[in-house]
Amino acid sequence: MAVITFREALRQALDEEMARDEKVILLGEEVAQYNGAYKVSQGLLEKYGSLRVIDTPISEEGFTGLGVGAALAGLRPVVEWMTLNFSLQAVDQVYNNAAKMLYMSGGQLNVPIVFRGPNGPAEFLGSQHSQALQSLYCHCPGLKVMAPSTPADAKGMLKTAIRDDNPVIFLEAELMYGWKGEVPETEHLIPFGKADIKKTGKSVTIAGFSKPVKMILEAADLLEKDGIEAEVIDLRSLRPLDEETIYQSVRKTNRCVVVDEAWPYASVGSHVAWLISRNCFDYLDAPVELVTLEDVPMPYNHHLELSAQPSVKKVIDAVKRATYTM
Amino acid sequence: MIDRSNEKYPKEFMLNLLKKMILIRRFEELAAQMYGLQKIGGFCHLYIGQEATGVGAVEAVDLSTDYIYTAYRDHGLAIACGMDINSLMAELFGKATGCSKGKGGSMHFFDKSKHFMGGNGIVGAHIPLAAGSALAIRNSKSNGVVLCFFGDGAIHQGTFHESLNMAKIWNLPVLYICENNQYGMGTDFRRVSAVEDFTIMGASYGIEGKQVNGMDVLTVYEVVSEEVARIRKEKLPGFLEIKTYRYKGHSMSDPAKYRTRQELESYRIQDPIIILKSKMVDAGFLSEQEYETIDSTIKAQCKDAVTFAEESPEPVLEMLYQDVLV
Repeated sequence: MAVITFREALRQALDEEMARDEKVILLGEEVAQYNGAYKVSQGLLEKYGSLRVIDTPISEEGFTGLGVGAALAGLRPVVEWMTLNFSLQAVDQVYNNAAKMLYMSGGQLNVPIVFRGPNGPAEFLGSQHSQALQSLYCHCPGLKVMAPSTPADAKGMLKTAIRDDNPVIFLEAELMYGWKGEVPETEHLIPFGKADIKKTGKSVTIAGFSKPVKMILEAADLLEKDGIEAEVIDLRSLRPLDEETIYQSVRKTNRCVVVDEAWPYASVGSHVAWLISRNCFDYLDAPVELVTLEDVPMPYNHHLELSAQPSVKKVIDAVKRATYTM
Repeated sequence: MIDRSNEKYPKEFMLNLLKKMILIRRFEELAAQMYGLQKIGGFCHLYIGQEATGVGAVEAVDLSTDYIYTAYRDHGLAIACGMDINSLMAELFGKATGCSKGKGGSMHFFDKSKHFMGGNGIVGAHIPLAAGSALAIRNSKSNGVVLCFFGDGAIHQGTFHESLNMAKIWNLPVLYICENNQYGMGTDFRRVSAVEDFTIMGASYGIEGKQVNGMDVLTVYEVVSEEVARIRKEKLPGFLEIKTYRYKGHSMSDPAKYRTRQELESYRIQDPIIILKSKMVDAGFLSEQEYETIDSTIKAQCKDAVTFAEESPEPVLEMLYQDVLV
């Protein structure tokens, strides 16, 4: 298997799906001539032309809605948001149009579209450019949500998202684009609703997704030195959620820490923690722990911004609380 | 305004327009009555007074290649597109036989096969969808055109401005039609618009606007036909402000106390149905007796739609979870 970056893996997925189906188009700010703000779409304009790789004006609500309308009339658009922060300008189009059209038309009109871009905190970006918005998109029925943590998953999941007949929110992260990993060169598809057990263990389950998975694995390695064997689950598909894999693990380990780099209030993390407490109550030997972003806007100062986010130490501390080994 | 003589149009053509306008009028009157009887709930926005706009415009397009988008005052356009009034009345009653299986309601009529794309409830939010469908038309090299209807309230939404800009830079075949019925809910459009003449609103985007008398169905048909032909040929968007008037309140709950009786009366004497009827009588195409026969046939048809809706089954509980995703 070739070792490539997360960014290249996404590009391969786009390239392969655009070659496979001429209905797939890519639109967003700077995706064409500039080759993408994060160079995900490098070379695609040259290969597929300006009818299919489209530079938009800075009109997030406009081009997001335009993507939905194109999907309604037979195309399969991939809409790139330069960051998920800017998708807040467009959230009405996602909530009220993309997610509702099938239901309120009595099943007549489906919306095959992918909205993708970097989500969550990066570095030194301040409050408005460092937000993890998965809770917002997972909240709304009619959407699917994916959040890969490795280049291989990024490729296999984006290809699946593009082939799906529903609207899919696809979450990446600025700091992940340069991450490297092995990616299969043959056809590679990862289905919705399938979590990945990254490491098996019997002392505690740690569940997370997207960028924090790497941090969770680092924490798990350190915990192992203290004799705590953590089982690490990468949720990958946030909606639909692979509940069964989580429950099976927790029923084995009897303890769980959920990691989510969004705010804690009404979050994916808090929802997963509730599901576990509801469905594994008799198996739990400790309260489910939740490690999240602190409940504050992101500060600019680097020391403060790092303190606001989940960290290896915070994960280890949570595991120690859950295993009563503090 | 364009001056034309009635003889330009054959009797059958005019009769068809007349019947459609009467059908809308009688359907809406009955819908109001059923609302009063609490057979219909929620919001119910009637098209009475605006019939010439929808009927004249839809007559100018080919629904096998062209698309229609409108906002929540959608009953009239749905009927103009040839949707079965039984399925529309059933939808208002929330029945399983409704066009959207009773899950859409008054604001969400859809008919995929007739390219009637709703029925959209958020003011102005459907305007980008129309541009997206036009992008799909462009990419498929079809000769289609999208008619995008919205009101004088929606014209101040960012979606209108973002969409016109995109339609112009990408040469999208959309005809934007502002149905200026002069009140955004209870607010006279002159109180909230920097300009009174909406035809200049497209100027920032290099799109020329035309004002049309929306009380005369033949004028609407003629101007929309010209614009649609131009758009098909030049592949450029267009913009019309069709001046019209709604006789009823914004919705059924609005007594419309913000306008004078004299104003309402001044429009009643230019009623679109009376105007066309007089022209046809003058041209010897219609007698009073023939008109009465047509009207009573249509009234009976609408009553049958109520019977159909009354007798139709409620959606079964399983439908609650259907059509959330494909």
